[in-house]
Amino acid sequence: MSHWLTLMLESLPSLLWAGLIFTIPLTLLSFLLGLTVGLIAAIIRLFAPGPFAAIIKFYVWIIRGTPLLVQLFLIFYGLPSVGIVLDAFTAALIGFTLNIGAYTSEILRAVISSVSKGQWEAAYSIGMSWSQAMRRTILPQAARVAVPPLSNTFISLVKDTSLAAAITVPELFQAAQRIVATTYEPLILYVEAALIYLVMSSVLSSLQGRLETRLNRYGGFLEARS
Amino acid sequence: MMIELKNIVKRFGDLTVLNDVSLSVAEGAVMALVGPSGGGKSTLLRCINLLEIPTSGSVGIAGDRLEFHSGARVSAKQVQLLRRHTGMVFQNFQLFPHRTVVENVTEGLTTVLRWPKDRARERAMALLEKVGLAHKADVWPSTLSGGQQQRVAIARALAPSPKVLLCDEPTSALDPELSGEVVDVLAQLAREGTTMVMATHDLRLASKIANEVTVLDAGVIVETGTSREIFTQPKRERTKRFIATLTHEEANTQGEGI
Repeated sequence: MSHWLTLMLESLPSLLWAGLIFTIPLTLLSFLLGLTVGLIAAIIRLFAPGPFAAIIKFYVWIIRGTPLLVQLFLIFYGLPSVGIVLDAFTAALIGFTLNIGAYTSEILRAVISSVSKGQWEAAYSIGMSWSQAMRRTILPQAARVAVPPLSNTFISLVKDTSLAAAITVPELFQAAQRIVATTYEPLILYVEAALIYLVMSSVLSSLQGRLETRLNRYGGFLEARS
Repeated sequence: MMIELKNIVKRFGDLTVLNDVSLSVAEGAVMALVGPSGGGKSTLLRCINLLEIPTSGSVGIAGDRLEFHSGARVSAKQVQLLRRHTGMVFQNFQLFPHRTVVENVTEGLTTVLRWPKDRARERAMALLEKVGLAHKADVWPSTLSGGQQQRVAIARALAPSPKVLLCDEPTSALDPELSGEVVDVLAQLAREGTTMVMATHDLRLASKIANEVTVLDAGVIVETGTSREIFTQPKRERTKRFIATLTHEEANTQGEGI
């Protein structure tokens, strides 16, 4: 047992460091960028004329229908064949952003359309433009419904970033792999890596809880949904 | 004339909801649109602030006028410009649930008219005072009764000082006891000279507040007159039958127990 503890303590700094400078930035950046892509895609899907919506549908179909690992390989190992060479982190960032964009666009599309038409009309009736109504009235209400499914996506993403190890990003999981290569202790190191992911997910879950409480502070839905 | 609707036609697909309706409302007048459900009164009301875009015809408010032709689109800017002459009160209140009572009222002032926050709040508080809800300024709308919510909605609609207040069935989501407080607020606004158009089948509301009544059925105007004329000596058979059903309903509701 003391062997476990010693090895874990010895390797912990390099795993945490890899998490701090790769896993966390990759997660945060690709989630924020992906959410932006998702919002734009959802709005196009809901409000833009047919051909534009069709492009978005196609994008979501491709991303959801193919494995994330394959997408990452295509971007990092495939694109150089057509002259696009990206460093590993950028390739991973693009891959995860596109992925998150597709999944969140579906979530956002659903929550935006869940806000009743009457709220749009109320916003218009006091003189708001479409974008003011969207920003001030619709999105804030959609946001509270969106928190649980978006948190799901976010927590999945934290764990999925370990796939970036396969395209040479030296993130947390790859750091563990490297230590395994010299110590031959896969069980200990991978348990340790798993525990670190578990801690990160748990922190996010508790943040989700707080965010939900905050967004729910205004009580139940007002209108009779007649 | 404060409001001039000319030859309004509204079709949804093959269904003609309004067929060549013309209507004018003088400044300070209160017009009630009455008629059976599906007769087009709500659609006509929503054509005034362009929540529904008429298929053809023209809408004029406070000197600004927009013409509509089937197939031709009007710009969102023009629609918004005309709409800003109006405020609207909805059947289901439609307060913004994520904003407090006072924020609901300031929203139009700060977001649309770019008023500074404290000036907007000052006006909002004055309006809440007027509808008797200043003490509820900082609560969430979900904690209010239906009647209180509707009074906040009236304050919200009035905040940007619209030329015209439109009310779409303002009392029909409320039980008689609560609708009384809303009728009182609207009556006070009428006395103060607010130009109003309301779609309603609440006889008490129409007879207490409106000075003109337009009866709509099947997308056309059946009869227009002063509220006294329409309610006591209607000329058309259709109007008579409609008034009879209303008074009948009224008697029934009042007869009900708890």
